[in-house]
Amino acid sequence: MDVWVSIILSVCAASTPLLLAATGELVVERSGVLNLGVEGMMIMGAVCAFAGAQLTGDPFVGALFGIVAGAAFSLLFAFLTLILVANQVATGLALTILGLGLSGMIGEGFVGQPGIKMERIDIPFLSDLPIIGQLVFGQDPIFYASIALVIAVWFFLFRSRKGLQLRAVGDSHSSAHALGIGVLKTRALAIVFGGACAGLAGAHLSLVYVPQWVEGMTAGRGWIALALVVFASWRPGRLIIGAYLFGAVNIAQFHMQAQGFGIPAQFLTSLPYITTIVVLVLIARNRRLTMINTPAALGQPFVPDR
Amino acid sequence: MRIELIKRADASPLFSIASPFIALLLTMIAGVIMFLLLGKDPATGLYTYFVQPLLDTWSLEQILVKATPLALIGIGLAVCFRSGNWNIGAEGQYLIGGAFGAALPVFLPGVDTWVLLPAMVLMGMLGGALYGAIPALLKTRFGANEILTSLMLVYVAQQLVDWLVRVPWRDPKGMGFPGTPSFPSGAQMPKLWQYADAHYGLVLAVVLAIIVWFVLSRTMKGFEIAVLGSSARAGRFAGFSARRMTIFAFCVSGALAGLAGIAEVSGTVGKLDDKLSLGYGFSAIIVAFLGRLNPLGCLAAAFVLALTYIGGENAQIAMGISDRATRVFQGLLLFFVLASDTLIQYQVRIVSTAARSA
Repeated sequence: MDVWVSIILSVCAASTPLLLAATGELVVERSGVLNLGVEGMMIMGAVCAFAGAQLTGDPFVGALFGIVAGAAFSLLFAFLTLILVANQVATGLALTILGLGLSGMIGEGFVGQPGIKMERIDIPFLSDLPIIGQLVFGQDPIFYASIALVIAVWFFLFRSRKGLQLRAVGDSHSSAHALGIGVLKTRALAIVFGGACAGLAGAHLSLVYVPQWVEGMTAGRGWIALALVVFASWRPGRLIIGAYLFGAVNIAQFHMQAQGFGIPAQFLTSLPYITTIVVLVLIARNRRLTMINTPAALGQPFVPDR
Repeated sequence: MRIELIKRADASPLFSIASPFIALLLTMIAGVIMFLLLGKDPATGLYTYFVQPLLDTWSLEQILVKATPLALIGIGLAVCFRSGNWNIGAEGQYLIGGAFGAALPVFLPGVDTWVLLPAMVLMGMLGGALYGAIPALLKTRFGANEILTSLMLVYVAQQLVDWLVRVPWRDPKGMGFPGTPSFPSGAQMPKLWQYADAHYGLVLAVVLAIIVWFVLSRTMKGFEIAVLGSSARAGRFAGFSARRMTIFAFCVSGALAGLAGIAEVSGTVGKLDDKLSLGYGFSAIIVAFLGRLNPLGCLAAAFVLALTYIGGENAQIAMGISDRATRVFQGLLLFFVLASDTLIQYQVRIVSTAARSA
């Protein structure tokens, strides 16, 4: 039984960064902006969180550094795509390329240093309950934050006035503009929120999951988060299913590598990426599902007329 | 204070030419700031990065070596991006091209004729095109997002090549190092001159840049690419098929990336090993944009990017600056290119808010 608990705990740890980054990107895309820079914001979050924790000795301050770094980095994207109406796809790629380079430079002095791990929460008695004690009451704080965030985002998008306005901006920016909703302001806030989430996702990698600084440690997770948003057809609740499916695939391939089975390790390592492709194809085949939920103005630039 | 954009009636011819140069200038200014932050002398830094590599023959030749794959991949991506398709998996097509081409000397040991190299080049292009066709078909058949699938295939290709050079294709006499046996002379891309590192892949890049430039600007196919790229709807009215264009664009960019891969394998390394993936496929995205999606521009841009690679190596040795600074420079360059491109379509006015409300 303990084996299963530890496996589920490791799936949770592998899924949390995906869930966080995907939740942020979902809000960004709901506002009509496609930010392909998730990988870059995430790795900036990872390195700054690690640096913050090393400098202050406190992993919570580190996580804050990660959030701020991701948000600040996303401002670059916001400036280019919203103010200068640069192409969103290309700008997102630029953000990823820059983030991978910059994080390598910042983190150069931290390679190989022992990390400061954000400890799991330990509530007396409750965490000691059989099975559910560890799963429900004994995980790391960022895990709880990720679940709370999904619920909050769902509530915001579908139960609040501001959320309705954000979705209106994402579906038809001209109509939203005519109604007096600040299109660029809404999108800018959404982009910064997405950056903060990606930054926290990176912080989880370098403070909880690994916890060390390794160059390029996001290893495509930012891109998988982007795929998860499509998988979830822009619905926050479905992100949890998607993120945990991918977390489970990741943990499964680790265990299979450990067991051997005579399958080449390289094939197992590429499993999460192959799964992503298969899932994208399966989701895309269901046109009705995707057509209904895709923000209609996704990726389209908006220049206010005067 | 706020920034206002006013759409120009026509694209500005001045800024169409000037924008890459503005971007380079801005990158250098950002470089000055970066060197100051690192506590290095900015003048020496810029000199080491952008001037010194042009002054000695060894560095110049290394620039030619690095510019070859960058130009080949960048030209292909220019075609693809122009047509409105986003192939960001060129790194994977480059790797598979290298592996496809390398398959010939691996499976035909002892064969050493002049036919081998042309056959390898064709195999490399075929491999890259087939690998590029996967995201294209997934898009046209199922509607799967080509940006994400093409990128995911990069990771798969990296693992596949890693497995090939470590397990089935590994040189039994290679002391356990990953990599195929060294190719026979008939499977090596000839060098440009005796004892050179630069090889005939560069000549292929120049020839292809001219051919692709001609096709894009002077033929019906080029017109079709331009129309579908600016508006898929308009293209449909003209009787062009966006689906067939997606497959065409991915196959062309995949084939050129595959050609870059086999040129690198047969020209620079002389065998397939585990160090083929150097990120050229991603840097070539910057090449394509810096070259303003014009094949001849991409050729020039490839030399600029190659310069930053060599300048970065020099700066690491001479000034102790991390070689990651090169990737920072490249990322900044792409940012500034995209920002400067705004000037082509828009007039940018900085309006003070106080004046507006008065």
